[in-house]
Amino acid sequence: MKGVLKGVVPGPPVLFALVACLFIGTGVVYSWNTALTIFNMGLVSAIMALGVNMQWGYAGMFNAGIMGFVALGGLAVVVTSVPPVPAAWAAGGGQVLLGLAFGAATIAGAVLVWRRMAAGRLRGFAVAAILIAGFFIFRSVFDRGVAAVERIEPALTGYLGGLGLPVLLAWPVGGVLAAGVAWIIGKTALGLRSDYLAIATLGIAEIIIAVLKNEDWLARGVKNVTDIPRPVPYEVELQASAHVLALAARLGADPVTVSAIMVKLSYGGLFIVVLVALIWLSERALHSPWGRMMRAIRDNEVAAAAMGKNVGARHLQIFVLGSAVCGLAGAMMTTLDGQLVPGSYQPLRFTFLIWVMVIVGGSGTNWGAVLGGFLIWWLWIMVEPIGLSMMEMITAGMAQGSALRDHLLGSAAHMRLLTMGVVLLLVLRFSPRGLIPER
Amino acid sequence: MDVLNALVVLMNFVIIPATAYGAQLALGALGVTLIYGILRFSNLAYGDTMAFGAMVTLLVTWALQAAGITLGPLPTALLALPVGILATGLVVLGTDRAVYRFYRGQKAAPVTFIIASLGVMFIMNGIVRLVIGVEDRRLADGERFIISAREFRDMTGLEEGLALRTSQGLTIVVALVAVVLLFRFLTRTRTGTSMRAWSDNADLAQLSGVNPERVVLYTWLIVAALATTAGVLYGLDKSFKPFTYFQLLLPIFAAAIVGGLGSPPGAILGGFVIAFSEVGVTYAFRRVVGYLAPEGWRPDGLLQLLSTDYKFAVSFGILLIVLVFRPRGLMRGTSA
Repeated sequence: MKGVLKGVVPGPPVLFALVACLFIGTGVVYSWNTALTIFNMGLVSAIMALGVNMQWGYAGMFNAGIMGFVALGGLAVVVTSVPPVPAAWAAGGGQVLLGLAFGAATIAGAVLVWRRMAAGRLRGFAVAAILIAGFFIFRSVFDRGVAAVERIEPALTGYLGGLGLPVLLAWPVGGVLAAGVAWIIGKTALGLRSDYLAIATLGIAEIIIAVLKNEDWLARGVKNVTDIPRPVPYEVELQASAHVLALAARLGADPVTVSAIMVKLSYGGLFIVVLVALIWLSERALHSPWGRMMRAIRDNEVAAAAMGKNVGARHLQIFVLGSAVCGLAGAMMTTLDGQLVPGSYQPLRFTFLIWVMVIVGGSGTNWGAVLGGFLIWWLWIMVEPIGLSMMEMITAGMAQGSALRDHLLGSAAHMRLLTMGVVLLLVLRFSPRGLIPER
Repeated sequence: MDVLNALVVLMNFVIIPATAYGAQLALGALGVTLIYGILRFSNLAYGDTMAFGAMVTLLVTWALQAAGITLGPLPTALLALPVGILATGLVVLGTDRAVYRFYRGQKAAPVTFIIASLGVMFIMNGIVRLVIGVEDRRLADGERFIISAREFRDMTGLEEGLALRTSQGLTIVVALVAVVLLFRFLTRTRTGTSMRAWSDNADLAQLSGVNPERVVLYTWLIVAALATTAGVLYGLDKSFKPFTYFQLLLPIFAAAIVGGLGSPPGAILGGFVIAFSEVGVTYAFRRVVGYLAPEGWRPDGLLQLLSTDYKFAVSFGILLIVLVFRPRGLMRGTSA
């Protein structure tokens, strides 16, 4: 399938330069603070897109549950870096862990019985009995622990807290947590066809968010965890330091702005290190025998299987890897935000927008995913102000305070979804392999 | 033992709501399953198609209300529904022309269609937000109850009340009519038969002189009617909020897959399986058991298996069980 635009789209260096111009232009027209804010989330988006590109671009798997893995990364930040709540641990921590262990043992027992017993009606009843009895014992143990934990100062804590470790450690933990959950999901759902996998992962993501919203003992649910420790200094600390004040004086800028930009630059620096490492690793992987094998499986599963490749195991592997990268990105994002807000996870923003990035950038190429991440994220943010100025131009002739004018101006905020849809459909139709196509 | 009161509580909080919800899911799942059976892809834009249809219906309802036209005790939305269906039909035909037809001509892989439907989903979601915003809006008017809890108590002298809301009664009636019409169309008319033939074996159907574009046209029109009706009934029962329609995607797909993708009777069965499990698992059975258990055995806990916030987990759990143990669904859909 060759795109109509083949030959029209410039090469990758030019495309990256154009995207860089977009960010620089934002800095010049709006403010450097805004441009850096968008750039930092662009870095995170690029990492998410890299993860999705592994699953879709290398292996052709449609994962519609990216939001869930991103949220797991966020959970990892809370669990790792927030200081523990000793009172809550004393009240019910052990009980909660015991309940969880019992729940896991029940599932393990049921799986074991299923594997060991001969197929038949008896096996079905045995497994059902174990699951049902296990569920009620689990609930009775677990619920008491949860109630005890959530009673401890619910307005301030009401949860177990984390381990109090450095927040940077939470990033790999986020990847590992997402990988673990992906492994469990992959074990059950990867045998399914692409449509079913899409719906199954869509459901898993909703469940992960539901757990985050409701299990207050874990991460305070919808009460949110704020004040997550930061890997970089606070703006206020910077403003108090003589170096920063001297720098601000030399630049002739306001110290508040200078400190804000310095904080953003430090985050950006950390993120760039991760992104560069990931691009290097993915490029190595993609151009290794392993990468060729993955593409062979993607393009023709039957032929790859006939060549002795274990398609199922490779699918599971890449699903776990891609999800781990999304988890890592999720942890980075929550660190950047400084808070975990389960209510803010929306599939349109955290699953389908990442898909747009990968498709537009170019599925199958790491550079394409990165480009798509930056470009689409910039568009996602900037459509709103641009749309607003356009609406102002359109409505300039209308009477002040007319209902239609107000409606049009108010609705500019919703332009972004429309734009994303149009961009996705246009790229899919006229340049189906994306801006940086796979060779 | 107080069987009557227990039964009334069960009816009021489980059976009636689950039947209404099941009927809405069944209508939605019928649309999904038709798209899958005939156009051969899972349409992610379906939830937003429902939202669009419900939105047009809501706008027409407002216009009618402003003009002083109502249906008396019945919701005015019923009068506006045909307009909603028509507008949605035009829009889905438009998207087919602009988007899907190209990929059909290319014989693209199903996953390309899914990604295209993703784009359509963004656009439709954006249009709905542009036109009507994201706020919660009330679609229902007219008489609220067919039987209210107090009337029922006065009538029967029972301790517990049983309420049947107009929207619930209407949902069940309208869904029944729609299903009967659909099945008559599919089995009794020439177009319906050719649609089923197409779903069974497209090549053979084309060889036998079935016109593909005609089949596609009718499928989209029926899908628009089903999606709009399901969306309006859901909006009447709960309220109109664009985002909830997106979230309905999961239970609707679960219903279609559980029943067997591509099988219309399966979609109906799946809708009710999902609805009853969702309501049953998340309902606190304390009062029901309280009436049935002997004195002194009354339960202390809520007797609720899962908190209501985990209703996604229920549809998903059933979906997974069916996929693992019976991958083609309960009624054997067209394709494994």
